[in-house]
Amino acid sequence: MSSPATEVAERPPLFVFDKKTRKIVTDPFSDNNPITVQVLGICSALAVTTQVSTSLVMAAAVTTVVAGSNVAISLLRNFIPPQIRIVVQLSVVASLVIIVDQILQAYMYDVSKTLSVFVGLIITNCIVMGRAEAFAMANPPWQSFLDGLGNGLGYGIILFTVSVFREILGSGKLLGFTVIPQAAYDMGYANMGLMVLAPGAFILLGLLIWAQRTYTGYVEEV
Amino acid sequence: MQYLSLAIESIFVGNILLAYFLGMCSFLACSKKVETAVGLGVAVVFVLSITTPVNWLIHAFLLKDGALAWAGMPDADLSFLNFITFIAVIAAMVQLVEMIIDRFSPALYNQLGIFLPLIAVNCAILGASLFMVEREYGFAQACVYGTSSGMGWALAIISMAAIRYKMRYSHVPAGLQGLGITMLTTGLMAIAFMAFAGIQF
Repeated sequence: MSSPATEVAERPPLFVFDKKTRKIVTDPFSDNNPITVQVLGICSALAVTTQVSTSLVMAAAVTTVVAGSNVAISLLRNFIPPQIRIVVQLSVVASLVIIVDQILQAYMYDVSKTLSVFVGLIITNCIVMGRAEAFAMANPPWQSFLDGLGNGLGYGIILFTVSVFREILGSGKLLGFTVIPQAAYDMGYANMGLMVLAPGAFILLGLLIWAQRTYTGYVEEV
Repeated sequence: MQYLSLAIESIFVGNILLAYFLGMCSFLACSKKVETAVGLGVAVVFVLSITTPVNWLIHAFLLKDGALAWAGMPDADLSFLNFITFIAVIAAMVQLVEMIIDRFSPALYNQLGIFLPLIAVNCAILGASLFMVEREYGFAQACVYGTSSGMGWALAIISMAAIRYKMRYSHVPAGLQGLGITMLTTGLMAIAFMAFAGIQF
């Protein structure tokens, strides 16, 4: 029987923050971004981005759910029978989403009305399921938490960028404050109505993906 | 007539994919070949036209505020359980549909079989149920809405697959290949579908 000291030495420390674990957090920001590279969670990325404020709330909600579900599933990973793992993952995610939704309804009622069904749709957001399946099922809780955090933030970065463009071009505002001066309107400048509508979101995200992939040099096989 | 307008509205103007962005993941992943797109489209119509009415019944008789009045609990409001119940119903329905098709039509199963598990996590299915609750549809409206939004989704993915097939012969800039050009094309399609706005019956 080994002494407690050696047992501790054999186990890796619980909270490491070396270069490799830092990369788990920073990778999804650009090189392995969940939206532009992994092509996950596009639905809500487009739907909630007409205003910067709603997209920030949505990004926070998704980050909470991804990080939370990654930790929960990583803790359960050795007890989940492989045949029913999708159902287990779905119920963990759904419970977390219910908590987030109730908190939003209690403290930020207006925002939760604007987000409408898209809070509920975090359940089927492919980022959450994708990270649970691809990362949390095979890694310890701390790393899974960082992975969830990184992917949530990577998703948030894209959401924020798209919504900044859509709000400025579509309604001349940023976070609700008017940024386009009245003088510009007097000279004949007009808001782009297209940006507020669905097609604007598709086209803007397409262009953003183009710019980001040109920057990182990622080319998709056709 | 009211139902026909609702159907037209949800197939074209309020297309669940092009106007509400639901089901984008499988739309982008499975629109490379027309045959796959047709298979997935039919499966989505099938599952949506079953799950939306079933979820309507569950919501109206079990979960809605005051829905448990028939059981002697008029104050009960279980609507916070909507999400988890709907997703459970969808997962169970998909499984059930898979088994039924396998039993009665092996040929159809061979074509749809691989797509059915994918559908359980398709946002369009859950989204239709949530929209149905939010817009307070009646039972008949829920049936029409479920089926026609499925048809709208199928229409969008099949047209996209056809466009992508043609696009193979064009020279797309390297960074725009794949996802980028698909998003731009979807944007143009969404503009085209918006042209149906204003059709009244």
